[in-house]
Amino acid sequence: MALQSPSLDIGGAVLVKPTPTSAGRGYWQSVGRRLRRDPVTLVCAAILILLVLASMASPWLGMADPYKTSMLRRLYPLGSPNHWLGTDELGRDMFARLIYGGRLSLFMGVTPVVFALMIGGSLGILAGFVGGKTNMAIMRVMDVFYAFPSVLLAISLSGAMGAGTENTLLSLTLVFIPPICRVSESVTTQVRGFDFVDAAKASGASAFTIVRVHVLGNVLGPILVYATSLISVAIILAAGLSFLGLGVKPPEPEWGLMLNTLRQAIYVNPVLAALPGVMIFITSICFNLMSDGLRAAMDVKA
Amino acid sequence: MLLYALRRLIYLVPVAFGVSLLVFALVHLAPGDPISAIVPPDAPKEVVDKLKEYYGFDQPLPVQYLRWLGVTLTGDLGTSIGTGRSVAAEVGSAFGNTIILAISATLFAFTLAVILGTSAAYAKSRIVDRLVTMISLIGVSVPHFWLAIVLVIIFAVELGVLPPMGMGPENSTGWTFDRAHLAHMVLPTIALSVIPLGVVTRTVRSTVKETLSMEFVTALQAKGMRDSRILFHVLKNAAPTCLAVMGLQAGNLIGGSILIETVFAWPGTGFLLNSAIFRRDLPILQGTTLVLAGFFMLLNLTVDIIQTMVDPRIKRG
Repeated sequence: MALQSPSLDIGGAVLVKPTPTSAGRGYWQSVGRRLRRDPVTLVCAAILILLVLASMASPWLGMADPYKTSMLRRLYPLGSPNHWLGTDELGRDMFARLIYGGRLSLFMGVTPVVFALMIGGSLGILAGFVGGKTNMAIMRVMDVFYAFPSVLLAISLSGAMGAGTENTLLSLTLVFIPPICRVSESVTTQVRGFDFVDAAKASGASAFTIVRVHVLGNVLGPILVYATSLISVAIILAAGLSFLGLGVKPPEPEWGLMLNTLRQAIYVNPVLAALPGVMIFITSICFNLMSDGLRAAMDVKA
Repeated sequence: MLLYALRRLIYLVPVAFGVSLLVFALVHLAPGDPISAIVPPDAPKEVVDKLKEYYGFDQPLPVQYLRWLGVTLTGDLGTSIGTGRSVAAEVGSAFGNTIILAISATLFAFTLAVILGTSAAYAKSRIVDRLVTMISLIGVSVPHFWLAIVLVIIFAVELGVLPPMGMGPENSTGWTFDRAHLAHMVLPTIALSVIPLGVVTRTVRSTVKETLSMEFVTALQAKGMRDSRILFHVLKNAAPTCLAVMGLQAGNLIGGSILIETVFAWPGTGFLLNSAIFRRDLPILQGTTLVLAGFFMLLNLTVDIIQTMVDPRIKRG
């Protein structure tokens, strides 16, 4: 009995089982159908799409300038005229900053997972399919990264490299490669053991064809579901790094950084000081629920 | 059993070697060389060279690594560039404080998670199950450093019933068992325990539910065993999986603690690490990372071994 422990701390326990079904068009259609019938997933998707669109279109929404400071209008409370979510410690409009902040916060949460998915996924599939010494080499290197709690790894790497958006992206990508690689390796190894792979080999298919047709079709789903479950972790981690002053540099609007600079205001205007965290919370909860919905929709045997 | 433990320990050696390489590389990831970070830019070249020689930065990298490894293996983690104190001493005292907080958060999270998870699995009404599922969802989704700020706002700023920061009265850095120190622990403990609480509740709920549907439970019921006795058997069967997840969570708590300690100015390793980063005190950064990673590895090993001990079904080759 092989017990699989969850592969990343902050996220929930994700056990991926391969779906030994032909992942053809019919499969994806039924996944789409199940997703469309899941109200929770739909609501979360709507909220996230709204957030993404609003943050992307923020310069054209007629909001106040998120960089414009004012010594006179500092820490206005919620519901002030012209600033319905108040102003921050430098007098900048909070609503504009929260919406603009979505750009960097979402970007810094999603990008590392995408990069890690490409790198870790390829490495894991390679290790799982080739097996033997290659598997050993790749997985032992991953074990080294596993010896660190992921938050510690992210903070130590960012701390050594210094603050900045690129460094944060780099260190977060490094943090997420090992878990994705491990999951990819374990699913690929399982798929490789199925009879249809042997059948393909016996019929003379090249390794490339087998991977492309038989392996990828079966492993991509579970890996993708696992990766989506990491996005909420990545968003919290990225915000956490900025909160420590290791991520985005001021005066850029970013939720984690805003939480940090507004900490001085908790005695003056406590509700305002907590607002950026609400945005992080909403985003992360939506990504978690969507990932759960996706897993439910995809794990069912067709 | 002993053989298994030994084998796992031996397996840890190459991993530990990799960890040491990575930690060593941390210093060289830094922009510029480690010395230029601490001396003023107009420092005379002789001084810089002297300092480089003193810290050994003038040697080729492999030599530096071997030297560093040799010294580190004797327990000497170098000297803090910022304070001039021994890194081992600084990390040691901070580590104790982190562990105190981690233990308290672990106990709180796991006790609550077992109660919540089990009652959700047993619940006849869907409301209880839904509620517990929601709690665990919030646990895994909430940015815990934000929760820490919210807790400070509610309980320290608005209600004024608990201290907002520090470990004890008058910037205490040594923990003692008294009322003041316990009061200072309440908020950090709650903030630190939300993530493990969410993850472990999820695991306990699904594992207990799965166990409840097994045939042996029906057999025990048919035999007329009391429900409380059956619960004991169910928990015993669910324990190994839950233990594995708990172990990992306990270790990750040490990492999550970095942010919480910063919010509460708790004088632990996270706080130390954070301040070292801003003073560009690379030996401290290195030392803290190494100690925490070492602890994490040993903890994982221990959990693994305990798991094999409590679950005779696991036979590991």
